[in-house]
Amino acid sequence: MKLRFWGVRGSIATPGPDTVRYGGNTTCLEIRADDGSLIILDGGTGIHRAALSLLQDMPINAHIFLTHTHWDHIQGLPFFVPIFVPGNSITLHGPFDPVSGNGVEQVMAIQMQYSFFPVRESELRAGIAYRSLMPGEAVRVGDAIVTPVLLNHPVVNYGYRIDCNGKSLFFTGDHEPHTNIYAPEDESHAAFQEMVDNQRGEIERALAGVDVLVADTSYTPEEYACKKGWGHGTYDSAIALARAVGAKTLFCTHHEPTRSDDALEAAFAAALERTDAAAGSVRIQLAAEGLTLEW
Amino acid sequence: MGIEDTLMIAVERMPAFPKSVQRVLDLTRNPDVAPKSIVEVIEKDPVMTARILRVINSAFYALPNKVAVVGHAVVLLGINTIKNLAIRIAAVGMIPKTNEAGLDTDSYLLHSLGCAELSKLIAQRLGDADPTEAYIGGLLHDIGKILFALYLPHPFRSALEKSAAEGIALHLAEQDALGVDHTVAGALLAQKWQFPASLVECIRNHHQAPPRQGLGRTLFLANQIMKARGFGASGNPEIAALPEGLAGGLGVDYPSVALAFPELERTLEQVRQYADARGQQ
Repeated sequence: MKLRFWGVRGSIATPGPDTVRYGGNTTCLEIRADDGSLIILDGGTGIHRAALSLLQDMPINAHIFLTHTHWDHIQGLPFFVPIFVPGNSITLHGPFDPVSGNGVEQVMAIQMQYSFFPVRESELRAGIAYRSLMPGEAVRVGDAIVTPVLLNHPVVNYGYRIDCNGKSLFFTGDHEPHTNIYAPEDESHAAFQEMVDNQRGEIERALAGVDVLVADTSYTPEEYACKKGWGHGTYDSAIALARAVGAKTLFCTHHEPTRSDDALEAAFAAALERTDAAAGSVRIQLAAEGLTLEW
Repeated sequence: MGIEDTLMIAVERMPAFPKSVQRVLDLTRNPDVAPKSIVEVIEKDPVMTARILRVINSAFYALPNKVAVVGHAVVLLGINTIKNLAIRIAAVGMIPKTNEAGLDTDSYLLHSLGCAELSKLIAQRLGDADPTEAYIGGLLHDIGKILFALYLPHPFRSALEKSAAEGIALHLAEQDALGVDHTVAGALLAQKWQFPASLVECIRNHHQAPPRQGLGRTLFLANQIMKARGFGASGNPEIAALPEGLAGGLGVDYPSVALAFPELERTLEQVRQYADARGQQ
């Protein structure tokens, strides 16, 4: 399997001299299965450069899996050039929206309304298919199997587990570990905690033994204290998750847009020290644009 | 018994607009509201709870365990999704499928949802009305007709038929047949449901000459535009003229005002799909 990061920034693209080492593009990961099958996780602005790298291989067969529909995970999709070229085959997988009752197709139709983008969705020339997924509904892509896992964010967010010939990767998209909305003295605290624990258990079972975990580490614990409920994790929560599921490698991603490269490294170093990372068995790294891993 | 008494009895018999949802709306005006307060409100409303759980279980039918309590729904989908589901379900839930008056409630629902969406867009653009209030105003401005259809079906049927046959405004036909029209009935209901005074007023006055600003103007524009383009129908064939300058810079006639909202077509298509799905249930 191969992994390449095309975008690692959260919320909004942040180009500029302070982000050249880790990159300013919003979320996009490219995964290659052993047989070369192309899986793209999320369509943030990073997907534009991913597209350029694919032009020489056209016609392509791409499977794009969206973790959720917030802008920083979809805004690059209209610039995924292969959608305009006949002969390419692109399948967009993603969650169903229980509030509007719409499937994943709304992601393109809404972004590509004429007042916001000059080409309409109906004018795309590649073969485009939409597939709304249920939690746990595995999809085969070449010799890989992609399984969506329902995580915790203000909108429905799937983490995706990709398995290929005994190797595996899990990408959280945006995820805040579940918390109890009741105070310990509230009557409902225990019952709610049981549901939280069950859900956490289900997530950990779905991630068990994964080789590579790519996780949302937007915040430091201090920042998280005033951003509870925003749907993002911390360095500490991601490291704890990696340890709980026995991951070999953890990539921290969804870097805060206000963090310069230096500030990012400082926050990361503090997290490693705080969690005694050197003593653990998980290899922990900051995700960076252009970084690749093959295993 | 006079019409006032009959009307008050009918108002009393109407199901409550879920106070829970009204309360959820109040709570969520504060962005720092504790999620548990929202859950507590919804949990106390068994009908709302059942409807939310039904939507989730059918949308995510592949879940290994059915969602049976609101807390579990919150764990799975987050408090924001649950809040938005509650608001949507509340408004649609009180409309009966069939009634003796012959009011086409599918068309009524389509008209109301269309008005709600456009009212919200207009309020956001013109900035002189709260978009959430504007949405509810659009959704419920004709709710008096539901009260008539349920509890005064026979005279209401005559009014509907007379309005259609003679091409006169429905509220005038209602005044002839019932002695009172749906704006009065709707305002009484809104009062009973303890809606803000601004909403009660805008329901009561929506067939008067429109005010030059605020919620009343927003609702007037949305209502006439939806009627002019035949998006759903609420039993009233009459389209009121657009007073000069009322739409400000948005346009000089209803089609041009509609064109000022390029997102409207997509939104109405979604509304239609939603209403169709309800019709098939």
